[in-house]
Amino acid sequence: MTQTVAEPEHLRSAFDAYVADEKKIEPKDWMPDTYRRTLIRQISQHAHSEIIGMQPEGNWITRAPSLRRKVGLMAKVQDEAGHGLYLYSAAETLGVSRDQMDADLMSGKAKYSSIFNYPTLTWADIGAIGWLVDGAAITNQIPICRCSYGPYARAMIRICKEESFHQRQGYEIMMKLCQGTEEQKRMAQDALNRWWWPSVMMFGPSDADSPHSAQNMAWRIKRFSNDELRQRFIDMTVKQADYLGLTFPDPDLKWNEERGHYDIGEIDWDEFWTVVKGNGPCNRQRMAHRTRAHDEGTWVREAATAFADKQRARQQQAAA
Amino acid sequence: MSAEKSWPLYEVFIRSKQGLAHQHAGSLHAADPQMALENARDVYTRRGEGLSVWVVPSDAITASSPDDKGVMFDPADSKVYRHPTFYDVPDEVECL
Repeated sequence: MTQTVAEPEHLRSAFDAYVADEKKIEPKDWMPDTYRRTLIRQISQHAHSEIIGMQPEGNWITRAPSLRRKVGLMAKVQDEAGHGLYLYSAAETLGVSRDQMDADLMSGKAKYSSIFNYPTLTWADIGAIGWLVDGAAITNQIPICRCSYGPYARAMIRICKEESFHQRQGYEIMMKLCQGTEEQKRMAQDALNRWWWPSVMMFGPSDADSPHSAQNMAWRIKRFSNDELRQRFIDMTVKQADYLGLTFPDPDLKWNEERGHYDIGEIDWDEFWTVVKGNGPCNRQRMAHRTRAHDEGTWVREAATAFADKQRARQQQAAA
Repeated sequence: MSAEKSWPLYEVFIRSKQGLAHQHAGSLHAADPQMALENARDVYTRRGEGLSVWVVPSDAITASSPDDKGVMFDPADSKVYRHPTFYDVPDEVECL
């Protein structure tokens, strides 16, 4: 990516009008530098989240309570890897290399969703993640299927189709626990208590504190504000919890007749920023694990490269 | 890490069912074409999305440039006589 000196005004205004008209941008089209950089940051951050997200869930594969649960969880973790790869590919079309993105993740320069810096302490956490975290992710991601950048929108369409299996899987796990023994129900409630607020925070800071929101809306990268999406998630989830007979760790949560939405209590933004800045319960563990996996995989990558080189040399020899 | 050679990029095309053309699904990195094919199977066809996969090294594709859109495609715009509606025929004559 080259630093543009000054963007020609006519190109910029033509771009803005084109995008405002709901037309799509494809990789080689001209685009403002800020549009490109915003997308690289957002798509790679999204990809990193999928990849890091495999860790808290992978934690329970060997201890899943039945074969049915184990195959379901493995399929889900495999999906997360796939989602990471679709998104890395989409980001690459903007001119950033995979190696650069990997390096930025492992150096701590690039962020990923803070939700994955919380631990999965019991089996019920796998249910809560599928239901709440994937539920929040879907709420966030459905509007991105209409993003102005073609490759990102196409990747999101695939991802959203697959995420709905994750959410249903999670809800089914919670439902079985809630229909089980008192202890199992307590486990489900405990998981909801711990995952509720972090899930609500997944939508990011309030609109007033999102400096790039307006520009991203104008560019059709973003369709709804963080608070609108958060509200949508809360309204949908409260009813789902009612069915399970679970309660929320928020004494202020109540239906607001006038607004036609649920009100919630104050979000603890200090906690949010603490986790974003690297001091959540598992930030260091997640990064150490990712780096170790990369380092321990070096010989595999080298062997595959050596094998490919050898095959190519043989083919060339045979052809000569 | 910097000493490592990065794997080339492949574009993945999938035929979703017999009778349809292969369609671009995305891309991936692989050390060689066989690995690209196997990884494409795992990344892009986990739920019966395909019956056939093509992988093509991305740098083997020659593409038109968006800057040439006008030069490439505008000439067809003025050739309305290439469309059936350009020709006047009576309504009462059938099968035209």
